[in-house]
Amino acid sequence: MKLSNVLRLFTSILILSFGTSAIADTLSDTQARGHVRCGVSQGLPGFSNPDADGNWVGIDVDVCRAVAAAIFGKGGDEKVEYFPVSAKERFTKLTAGEYDILSRNTTWTLSRDAKIGLTFNGVNFYDGQGFMVPKALGVTSALELDGASVCVNTGTTTELNLADYFRANGMSYEPVVFEKADEVIAAYDSGRCDVHTTDKSGLAAQRTKLAQPDEHMVLGETISKEPLGPVTREGDEPWSDIVFWVLNALITWDELGLAGGDAVKSIVGDTSSTPEVKRILGVEGDTGGHLGLEKDWAYWALFEVGNYGEMYERHVGANTPLALARAGSPNAGWKDGGLLYAPPIR
Amino acid sequence: MNVRTDIIKPPKQDIFQSGKFRSIVVQSIVMFLVVAFLGWIVSNTATNMKANGISHGFGFLSETSMFDIGYLPFIDHTAAHTYINAFFVGLLNTILVAVLGIFLATIIGFLVGVGRLSDNWLVSRFCGFYIEALRNIPLLLQIFFWYHAVLRILPRAKNSINFNDHFLLNLKGLFLSRPVPENGFNYLLLAGLFSIIVIIIIYLWSKKRQNLTGKQFPILYFSLAILIIPFVIISFIYNFPITLEQPVLKGFNFKGGIRLIPELVALLLALSLYTAAFIAENVRSGILAISKGQKEAASAVGLTQGQILRLIIIPQAMRVIIPPLTSQYLNLTKNSSLAVAIAYPDLVHVFAGTALMQTGQAVEILFMTMSVYLSLSLTISLLMNWYNSVMALKDR
Ligand SMILES: N[C@@H](CCC(=O)N[C@@H](CS)C(=O)NCC(=O)O)C(=O)O
Repeated sequence: MKLSNVLRLFTSILILSFGTSAIADTLSDTQARGHVRCGVSQGLPGFSNPDADGNWVGIDVDVCRAVAAAIFGKGGDEKVEYFPVSAKERFTKLTAGEYDILSRNTTWTLSRDAKIGLTFNGVNFYDGQGFMVPKALGVTSALELDGASVCVNTGTTTELNLADYFRANGMSYEPVVFEKADEVIAAYDSGRCDVHTTDKSGLAAQRTKLAQPDEHMVLGETISKEPLGPVTREGDEPWSDIVFWVLNALITWDELGLAGGDAVKSIVGDTSSTPEVKRILGVEGDTGGHLGLEKDWAYWALFEVGNYGEMYERHVGANTPLALARAGSPNAGWKDGGLLYAPPIR
Repeated sequence: MNVRTDIIKPPKQDIFQSGKFRSIVVQSIVMFLVVAFLGWIVSNTATNMKANGISHGFGFLSETSMFDIGYLPFIDHTAAHTYINAFFVGLLNTILVAVLGIFLATIIGFLVGVGRLSDNWLVSRFCGFYIEALRNIPLLLQIFFWYHAVLRILPRAKNSINFNDHFLLNLKGLFLSRPVPENGFNYLLLAGLFSIIVIIIIYLWSKKRQNLTGKQFPILYFSLAILIIPFVIISFIYNFPITLEQPVLKGFNFKGGIRLIPELVALLLALSLYTAAFIAENVRSGILAISKGQKEAASAVGLTQGQILRLIIIPQAMRVIIPPLTSQYLNLTKNSSLAVAIAYPDLVHVFAGTALMQTGQAVEILFMTMSVYLSLSLTISLLMNWYNSVMALKDR
């Protein structure tokens, strides 16, 4: 298992060593292959997680499905190959070309963007880091955690924010660092660590995996900003543009209040639609052509996946095990006081 | 040899005809191609990384690491320390498990190997079972067994398994009291040093006397007396100048004393028990390689069983045991990198894991990490080769 990780890293390096840096054209490669290659987590409910039938579901998965639908049209959302990866190996494998989109609760930071050859393409979930503790511990604030053992995933922003937070507050702690999320949860659940820390959405998701979810609580403090979004390789601008605009099309559909599936089918022929709706549906203008796609790219993304709000409620909203209410959170639309704001599609 | 070589020297040859010359030419060409190939790989890697916007070079080593490390038995590391500091922390933690593991594996391996040859049916069967079982279960599985199955069912800190407040065992590790030197401790040290010098002198003298006269000297009893008597006297005068610092529960965890984290304990147990099974087989084959006649001859001249083992069997068996033992030590050291599976902060976990991920500089970091393992292996080989040459058959 570990050996294979090292081997894969090696292949990545070999590709860097022997490959030639020809101009990448991921879109043509994807069209020729017939499916989109998408890096996801190894199982984070709500974001990317295999369901009972083994199909990948979650809001991160939906981003890849929407991109595939925009490229391949009807039924295109099925044309995705998923690559479950740990936090540690996700970027190396992306830059080595094992997959073309990394949609895996990944935080947008300067160093990732500028230093390791990645491009971030918008945000599909605004998050922040929090702490989870057993209720029995009797802790009510993160400032009471001096001296605690804290379980954390390696290769994450989490590991760094944790160090920042304890240093800023003059507290000490023992980091217990695992490579796999499952190992973190197991260690926390057994009592090896007093505290589990990650993105708050991740805490909500992982709490469902604990033996006794009700005996644990998430502390109030949010100690960081974690804008999570889809990542591509630096150096293939047209491909990154597609990912960025597909995500923003889903957000635009949400702003316009247009639902996916049959609802959007019924309005395609509606001549009374606003010019904006007609343009995005591909009835007027050619936004798709600028991206190297068909005219109706955004229509198919909406038809197959639904708008951002639908996607949110389906996987992480109030009626899911994660129970993260959208209203009043940063993930609400900008008109509702949230941060979601799509640049104009024109 | 006393052959006069100048007489049978061949006649002078054309230099281009000489096999030696040709082989040098061929080797230089091959060497040149290999170096050129490596050079091409390096420059191509650099070009590709640049083209892909990946930063490179070793400059990152002096940047602040911004992450903490959980287990720091030797040097300090905080988020404010550099990556190179994190590298050394990882390196020291790797050396720690390797050294402790080699030590334990050797002891267990020798005991089991000798036990396997015991006349006692139960002992030899038990040792045989041990060897077969542990050799044939994958090491990673054994690490998981100790970590997840054994050490995870321990009680929490509050309900630690407690012996006398000096030895506590719980989910967060093994906590031991730490001896702290007090006023007068220096005299103890001095006395110890003095005793050792005296013992060495007596040893040399008794050896010489035995060579000259054949008379033996009860060196063991004398040495023990020389060690213990001054110790007792000084302890008495200074009211025992060592105190024990006990681990005490403060907040979430025990503070003070010596702490072995569960990750280290699990890794150590798995590595040393697994490697010991192989060492035991080496020991057994080493002992079996000594012909029975040696033993019979030794008892014929009147040596006791203990003397036969110590003076006849072991020194000869060691010559057979050491070379395969070296490769077991190398295996153990390299296998210690499985630490990454259970959160023990060794070099691979800290440097080729967290640091690699945070900097993205896979090429540089893997190069450094591999160089470390290579150096560690070479060091072990050198030490063992030296030891082998000391033990080797000497012509007299
Ligand atoms: N957003 C953070 C953390 C992402 C992360 O990997 N979190 C862990 C803990 S929630 C995780 O998702 N693990 C799932 C897995 O390993 O499959 C980052 O980008 O560094």
